[in-house]
Amino acid sequence: MKELVIISGKGGTGKTSIAASFAHLAGNLVTADCDVDAANLHLVMSPVVRRATGFSGGKTAVLDQGMCSGCGKCLELCRYDAVSEEDGIYKIDKTACEGCGVCAYFCPVKAIDMVDDENGEWYVSDTAYGPMVHARLNAGGENSGKLVTLVRGQARRIAKDGDFKVILVDGSPGIGCPVIASITGADAILAVTEPSMSGLHDLKRVVGLAGHFGIRVLVAVNKFDINPDMTDKVLEFVKNEQLEMAGRVHYDIDVTLAQVEGKSVVEFSDGRAASDIRELWRNTAESLELEV
Amino acid sequence: MKIAIASGKGGTGKTTVAVNLAAIAQLNGKRSVYVDCDVEEPNGHIFLKPEIDSQQTVTNPVPVIDDEKCDSCGECGKICHFNAIAVILDSVLVFPELCHGCGGCFHACPKGAITESPREVGKIEAGRSYQVEASGKEGIGFIHGILNLNEAMAVPVIRAVRKMIPESEWVVIDAPPGTSCSMVATVRDADYVLLVTEPTPFGLHDLELAYRTVRDLDITAGVVVNRAGTGDSGVGEFCAREGIEILAEIPESREIAEIYSRGSVIINEDEGFASIMAELMKKVEKRIMAEQR
Amino acid sequence: MKIAITAVGPSEEDEMDQRFGRTKYFMIYDTEAGEYQSLSNSSAAAESQGAGIRTGELLSNNGVGALITGHVGPKAFSTLIAAKIKVFSGGKGKVSEIVSRYLAGELKETKGPDVNSHWT
Repeated sequence: MKELVIISGKGGTGKTSIAASFAHLAGNLVTADCDVDAANLHLVMSPVVRRATGFSGGKTAVLDQGMCSGCGKCLELCRYDAVSEEDGIYKIDKTACEGCGVCAYFCPVKAIDMVDDENGEWYVSDTAYGPMVHARLNAGGENSGKLVTLVRGQARRIAKDGDFKVILVDGSPGIGCPVIASITGADAILAVTEPSMSGLHDLKRVVGLAGHFGIRVLVAVNKFDINPDMTDKVLEFVKNEQLEMAGRVHYDIDVTLAQVEGKSVVEFSDGRAASDIRELWRNTAESLELEV
Repeated sequence: MKIAIASGKGGTGKTTVAVNLAAIAQLNGKRSVYVDCDVEEPNGHIFLKPEIDSQQTVTNPVPVIDDEKCDSCGECGKICHFNAIAVILDSVLVFPELCHGCGGCFHACPKGAITESPREVGKIEAGRSYQVEASGKEGIGFIHGILNLNEAMAVPVIRAVRKMIPESEWVVIDAPPGTSCSMVATVRDADYVLLVTEPTPFGLHDLELAYRTVRDLDITAGVVVNRAGTGDSGVGEFCAREGIEILAEIPESREIAEIYSRGSVIINEDEGFASIMAELMKKVEKRIMAEQR
Repeated sequence: MKIAITAVGPSEEDEMDQRFGRTKYFMIYDTEAGEYQSLSNSSAAAESQGAGIRTGELLSNNGVGALITGHVGPKAFSTLIAAKIKVFSGGKGKVSEIVSRYLAGELKETKGPDVNSHWT
């Protein structure tokens, strides 16, 4: 079983469009949408939800006004500016609470409870290309790293039980907690970038992160024809870092049109982007020796 | 005035709007400050090319155990909700990378055996940008936070950046994409939030999430539609239904994309874009004034 | 001595779980009595972070002297060292088979973490 994670550092580079196309081309695999903050893969994979499960990211402090003696200990100790006081009435702002429990521990009248913070759902679904695990984080939901770990773990289990050979993960943007949770222990990442200063800058950060975890990196440049000079700079970086170039994809309006139709690019179109993505998939599958 | 620029989804043009909204305000004689809270991938500096004049590290206070005073009672391990301390047999193990710096162990230790020591998690740089020709001014104020590689927690860096924001006529805050804790920590005390989106199903889906997050925080939000003319009408319909104002529409343009990819401030090179930004600035200003009245 | 084996279910006929911190169960084998007991790890496994650390604590509190599992990350490993619990790499198979191999001296002791943290 091999696990490939598609990430981008910077958002909006076309990561999800490429992931959906890869699923279509692979035909039979387990997909996992780990971009839980902005999960989009389900919009182009038409999943039928088989099972939905609630997710609790952590604890949050709840103050019982009836029991509160107004001593102000919680306000004094909270380092996250989550406690406020007005006319002797103390309040805890759930959106600022870090869930550390210090207020509850020190409250002399035990007026504060730490309760599970229900903040999302995760799903196991069926698609035309095999099972898919995805999730929805509630607005302002905390702790997407834990949810990412859960989604990936579930995908692995399904792959193992059903003897699937490939897991394809749509990773999160950035370099923080959700991304670390998306890539650790994976066989390889495909970093999708675009030819811009920002794209290159973020690619460097993501490659640094992958290096730290000792994960193999393949690179794809999307919309490479928008700025050939910047594409050259990306290629130079790939060469200097001894990374593997997996392909480039033309800018093509069909990518947006496919999204509007709720389809993957390769399913919707035979245009330039679609044929580039086919080649990108062939290179990736061959290089990683994916059994598809 | 503090305006946060956010988007549910990355890559919608959030940084483009933030940078150019800060720039157009400076050009119009305001004392403008650009603040980059997208600390995982701060990109504003690529366009504003600031001259950095101050730098500071962001640290998290992590526990240090004095073995002489510690009697392994286990209280520190009990209070820590982040599993950053474990008391095993007679030794106390500290895992600084898991510590959220809440101070619980420090306060809970009955023997006074715990002190706190700063551990670097990121950096803040501040300076001025002279990319916009505005006479008699000292340049756009610039602050950005950078999360160190391999660090998981962006919020402490964002919190530190927010504390450095000066009182100014016009502060534009570039928020991290998404709707998680980092985004909430960034926009929470903004006067107004601009949600940048694209007119596509992905854009709409993520706009809905971002809008709900901002609404729950009780902050007024407006929408900027980038790459208008591509995709479909879903975003427009959603905004009409929810009564959200669309303050600007930026047409899909290869020229804008090219200026962006070179890392330049777009209002300097594209008049059409500059007038959209000027219009946007006026509208945002009006909405905030109305709000404050 | 008590030996803990990570398990996917609460029986010695269940497979060994390759994960340490996120394992749902342990099968505890008492070498003197020759008997198995199951131990739930569901509370530590549900932690947002530091599951391996909490799991190590659980084993320490239960007087375990040796652990057989798949992979152990760095933070969990330090916890196990502090708890003076020896770690053995179990390979693959049913809990009962792996214990037999352990008793026959066929398992190798692991001297350090073999995966990065956040291993799922």
